[in-house]
Amino acid sequence: MTRAARKYFFLASAILLAAVFWLGYSALPPAGHVPGHYGDRVNAVVVPLRHITDAVTAVNFDIRGFDTLGEEFILFTSIMAVALLMRRRKERGGGDHEDKAGNRRVPPPSDAVRITAVLLVPATVLFGIYMVTHGQITPGGGFQGGVILATAPVLLYLAGSFGQFRKVAPMRMVAIGEAIGAAAYIVIGGGCIAMGGNFLQNLLPMGKVVGSLTAGGIVPLIDLGVGLEVSGGFVLALLVYLEELVEEKEE
Amino acid sequence: MNYLPYAVAAWLFLVGLYGVTTSRNLVHLCICLSVIQSSSYVLLLAIGYRTGRPAPIFKDIKPGTPAVDPVVQALMLTDIVVEVTVIALLLALAVQVHKRNGTLDPSRLNEIKG
Repeated sequence: MTRAARKYFFLASAILLAAVFWLGYSALPPAGHVPGHYGDRVNAVVVPLRHITDAVTAVNFDIRGFDTLGEEFILFTSIMAVALLMRRRKERGGGDHEDKAGNRRVPPPSDAVRITAVLLVPATVLFGIYMVTHGQITPGGGFQGGVILATAPVLLYLAGSFGQFRKVAPMRMVAIGEAIGAAAYIVIGGGCIAMGGNFLQNLLPMGKVVGSLTAGGIVPLIDLGVGLEVSGGFVLALLVYLEELVEEKEE
Repeated sequence: MNYLPYAVAAWLFLVGLYGVTTSRNLVHLCICLSVIQSSSYVLLLAIGYRTGRPAPIFKDIKPGTPAVDPVVQALMLTDIVVEVTVIALLLALAVQVHKRNGTLDPSRLNEIKG
């Protein structure tokens, strides 16, 4: 299909799609007034029943915990697929890709960048741990905190070299950490069955103080597992991408 | 004004789709796909929002206060996680395409085989 034909085709289907949008929206009440009875119920019961003050985390890791298990494994399998795809090249041999400025020298990072990045590393790690552990109290949780933790080795890469990145996050250790994080979710779910409940049924004590670090039964445990899985997964993906880049430079 | 978020969601979807259909670069195509996906964030948040109500965090407001819908916000979190991983996967595929064919232009992929 030529470029112009494609554009007309898009235009025709866009008008059709816009009509579908219009049909779908016309039955919706205006934004801000959509009744969500399920959400209202969650808001009403989450503090007395679970001692969790962040309703979003309660939905994710307790009320809708089984769905989040699936979500976590979408992440796990796609990271695995990324690692597989990026590693295949070694056996296939390099393709016809050619670096047009292969012999240019990459300037080392300036002192300002190095100092800023090094100062940011401990702050990032602390913030990431805070984010993971306080998921049931304030906005945050395993997913958000895990991503923040994964940026710490990237800062090291920015300040120094890929070698330093690899030193603080060796591939094997990261992969094992990711696997443990993913397995923890299932183990916690299975533990609930062993305690005589259903899979992921929150049977642990909810904690005496509402909105404390230990409140919420299995929720803080799942938060920790997810945090480990997400940070491991993202570091692994970055490692695989960077390894590819560095190898190309060395050839 | 109250229907504006819905219109923004539809606009983001269509504008992203335009980018996908006319893209000349697979990396650009991945970014257009993430624009399409961001329309779902806007739509979900618009559906969950209740005028005048606070966020569903009961740390500093009285528990039981009517708040915005936490269920769609949790769904949006899922949405973001899935998007990031899908983009990572697609970019890995784009790297492989470039390795095999030496181009990232989707329309030139038909000409060059192997």
